[in-house]
Amino acid sequence: MTGDPAAGGMTRRPRPRAAQDGGAPDEEETTGAFRRSRGRVSARFTASQAVILRNLVSQVAELMGGAEGTGAAGPGLAWPATAAPGTAGPPAGQGPAGPGEAGEPELSLEEMAAMLAAAGPVSPPEDPVLARLLPDAYRDDPEAAGEFRRYTEQDLRSGKVAAAQTVLATLPAEGGQVRLGPEDAQAWLRAINDVRLAIGTALGITEDYQDELQQASWADPRSAYLEVYHWLGYIQDSLVRALS
Amino acid sequence: MSVAPAEVEREEAGLDAVPDTPWVTIVWNDPINLMSYVTYVFQKVFGYARPKAEKLMLDVHHRGKAVVSNGTRESMERDAEILHGYGLWATVSHDR
Repeated sequence: MTGDPAAGGMTRRPRPRAAQDGGAPDEEETTGAFRRSRGRVSARFTASQAVILRNLVSQVAELMGGAEGTGAAGPGLAWPATAAPGTAGPPAGQGPAGPGEAGEPELSLEEMAAMLAAAGPVSPPEDPVLARLLPDAYRDDPEAAGEFRRYTEQDLRSGKVAAAQTVLATLPAEGGQVRLGPEDAQAWLRAINDVRLAIGTALGITEDYQDELQQASWADPRSAYLEVYHWLGYIQDSLVRALS
Repeated sequence: MSVAPAEVEREEAGLDAVPDTPWVTIVWNDPINLMSYVTYVFQKVFGYARPKAEKLMLDVHHRGKAVVSNGTRESMERDAEILHGYGLWATVSHDR
């Protein structure tokens, strides 16, 4: 597990790549953080934050078999190609990937879809990201794990798609204020966490990623993903606190 | 925090099952989930008070895993399914 992301999220650097919409300085400090207000939780997102978030949850929905394409989300911002394919089950992909392979901003959704189609209903996904999102429920009993998967995986996928769709339905593409009731807030928690799991697994993230983030150079493509990952943790943490 | 539906089902399932069937749900540490989030999920899913949820979270964090619930195999599978929905890495095990 990882501790609380340092306050500020994407404001750690003056111009984070993932939030280049030039908001006023005071705006940067408050966007993307959830607060409790009158029985609901609310947060404000800039247009570029909304685009990124919508894009990422769309990709999870697609990965989980939903039809929510990400065509309208603008420039592709996918998590990087997974560093260590074949690592079954979490924690997957330990150890940082080489900068070159981790930084490829290619969707590779076709590849993932192909793997998805090839996987039988009872066998764990070979792709580490899928394996993390759809984990085995039995550690040393493949037969029991297969049975469990047979009866639960479709619902698990559907739930993740539904959570992603709730985010897409409640977060305007142009950004702005988001106000969530209890059920929608739960969906946001799950959806953001799924995106964090996907990116974190693909990056082979460790609990010390914040150190890596501090040291990363902008020349390293991996740092952009780390920045987005960190920002998602910041949103997630603010949402948990607003709900607690 | 309201009692999760799983709790209710567990009690019902317990009526016609062996009462102390030693099955457990285990949550494993991972480098991604936030400590605050995991604590929240334990409270939400199991209806645990915050101190208990925090202790379990710290057990997972420091020891690599923790038993978060016990009961019949069916109810443990239900717990694991719910925890997977929240993105936690949960497994079911026979506590021999």
